Amino acid sequence: MDIRELEIFAARIRLETTKMIGIRGFGHLSGSLSVADVLAVLYGGFMRIRPEEPGWPGRDKLVLSKGHAGPALYSALAMRGFFPMDWLATLNQPGTRLPSHCDRLLTPGVDMTTGSLGQGASAAAGLALAQKMDNLDSRTFLILGDGECNEGQVWEAALFANQYKLSNLIAFVDYNKKQLDGTTAEVMDMGDISAKFASFGWHTQNIDGGCVKSILAALNAVSADAPSCIVLNTIKGAKVPTVEKIEYNHHIVVEGDLLAAAIAECELELQKLEVRG
Amino acid sequence: MNLIFDGSLDKLAFRAVFGENMEALAAADSNVVYLDADMMSSIDTRNFWKRNPQQAINCGIAEANMMGVAAGLSAGGKKPYVHTFGPFASRRVYDQVVLSIAYAGLSVRIFGTDPGVAAAFNGGTHMPFEDLALYRAIPRATVIEISDSTMLKNIMWQIKEREGLTYVRMTRKNYHGIYGEGNDFKIGKGLVLREGGDAAVIACGMMVSEAMLAAEILAGEGIHIKVIDMFTIKPLDVDLVREAAKTGLIVTAENHNIVGGLGEAVATALIEANAAPGFRRIGMRESFGEVGPVDYLQEKFGLNAENIAKTIREAL
Ligand SMILES: Cc1ncc(C[n+]2csc(CCOP(=O)(O)OP(=O)(O)O)c2C)c(N)n1
Repeated sequence: MDIRELEIFAARIRLETTKMIGIRGFGHLSGSLSVADVLAVLYGGFMRIRPEEPGWPGRDKLVLSKGHAGPALYSALAMRGFFPMDWLATLNQPGTRLPSHCDRLLTPGVDMTTGSLGQGASAAAGLALAQKMDNLDSRTFLILGDGECNEGQVWEAALFANQYKLSNLIAFVDYNKKQLDGTTAEVMDMGDISAKFASFGWHTQNIDGGCVKSILAALNAVSADAPSCIVLNTIKGAKVPTVEKIEYNHHIVVEGDLLAAAIAECELELQKLEVRG
Repeated sequence: MNLIFDGSLDKLAFRAVFGENMEALAAADSNVVYLDADMMSSIDTRNFWKRNPQQAINCGIAEANMMGVAAGLSAGGKKPYVHTFGPFASRRVYDQVVLSIAYAGLSVRIFGTDPGVAAAFNGGTHMPFEDLALYRAIPRATVIEISDSTMLKNIMWQIKEREGLTYVRMTRKNYHGIYGEGNDFKIGKGLVLREGGDAAVIACGMMVSEAMLAAEILAGEGIHIKVIDMFTIKPLDVDLVREAAKTGLIVTAENHNIVGGLGEAVATALIEANAAPGFRRIGMRESFGEVGPVDYLQEKFGLNAENIAKTIREAL
């Protein structure tokens, strides 16, 4: 996909994610929207994957450690053909294969089960180490929340990845500056996240996480010798103004006027991109 | 006893009761400190935090550290109350709780919310079905599961001066209303909610009102059962368990794994007292939780009145 196609893919992820959560009526919409752009870049061609063979051993892997953003990942996977689009409407319904938090046993294309924040960081380090042990040239991508980085386990994994020179591990931090109870600054200030990863021996970059071009450029600039951390400056609820402007938007009711407005905003964004072509 | 059970829902959500009383406890005693791990908005304490950041402390998403800090606060003469979701209040922090709090002889009150299927749409990762087992295994710990909002308020105040580790398991929403205002709750003493001679259901938490509903179903069939709210899982009210054994059939019911929870506690007590009657356990069997509405999950895992009634019918 070229840049414009990636932007369209990201906008579609936002639209499908909003609709899917809207069917249930509530969910972690805002933190799903803030990772749409990075997921679009990863699943829009950067990652080596085979949708028709989700378990292909040579594939790149992704751990969505902020597992509550599952709906955004499901949208990306469905659009890439890992499973039929009509599964999306089953989010959180009885017997679904798309639970609120990612589950590797249920969803084709999901590489790791997550939901208890922090744990995905270590699992990603293990996946990357296994790839190295098998002399594979594939990589493991990890997406962390900024609030999630409160967890000590994230930093234990960071030490480990540096010790074992897991240069095939690329972590993103969704720096949307909010966690559950409020801003990261008021709950547990993370300070300079990229400086912290740098001091743990990681290669770091700080970019606009809402810009697919910057994300792609950062991915092409990672280190060949050290694990890499790309801090994505984002907005919780990104590019859907109705959701962005809700102050406490971690887990929200998504129905009625709000849902209609959010879908309209996603569709408008998509139209603008399609016309621009 | 002031029993108000009539099959209607509890008028108060547990989260509202928790938020209001946590703030009142802090106002009443300057040594009370409430700690949470970025889950205040989920339990109605966010305003308390904003009003009184000296006594309401947000530890961020770092539960293990929070338990250690609580231990230190207790060692420093404070009375910590700690809350987060059940899985993070148990599995995630077990060694910190065992060593820094219990083994070190400190006094901390830990609230784990959304037990078992109550975690509903958060799904299997958020469903603790082993927290009772973990906490029961800790020497001298007190383990409580709340069945109604009147009980919650009472217990929150009662444990303020309690020595040692106390674990309180509860939903954030509500079940059915059971107790009227002013009801007395003695930690370590179960409550007989209904008399009956054909069988006894010993239940905790969500399953207490399910047992009351089952008793109603069975009464219509001429089967009369005793219903016990065993809200203190540890220390267990062994006398009451022995008394219940006289019916000839005990069925335990818990929104928890059958391993290590209420059922096993009751079974052990009965066998050690040479008082074993007919015995059945209702709870999770060799399965993890999954995502979905609570009623769907209750039905799927047999955690409802129908299954209690069926189990008793079949055993009699
Ligand atoms: C270990 C653990 N503690 C608490 C939670 C509950 N929880 C889910 S999401 C969340 C806030 C996450 O904040 P952040 O990582 O910044 O995610 P984002 O804002 O991007 O959605 C919390 C506290 C959890 N899932 N796991």
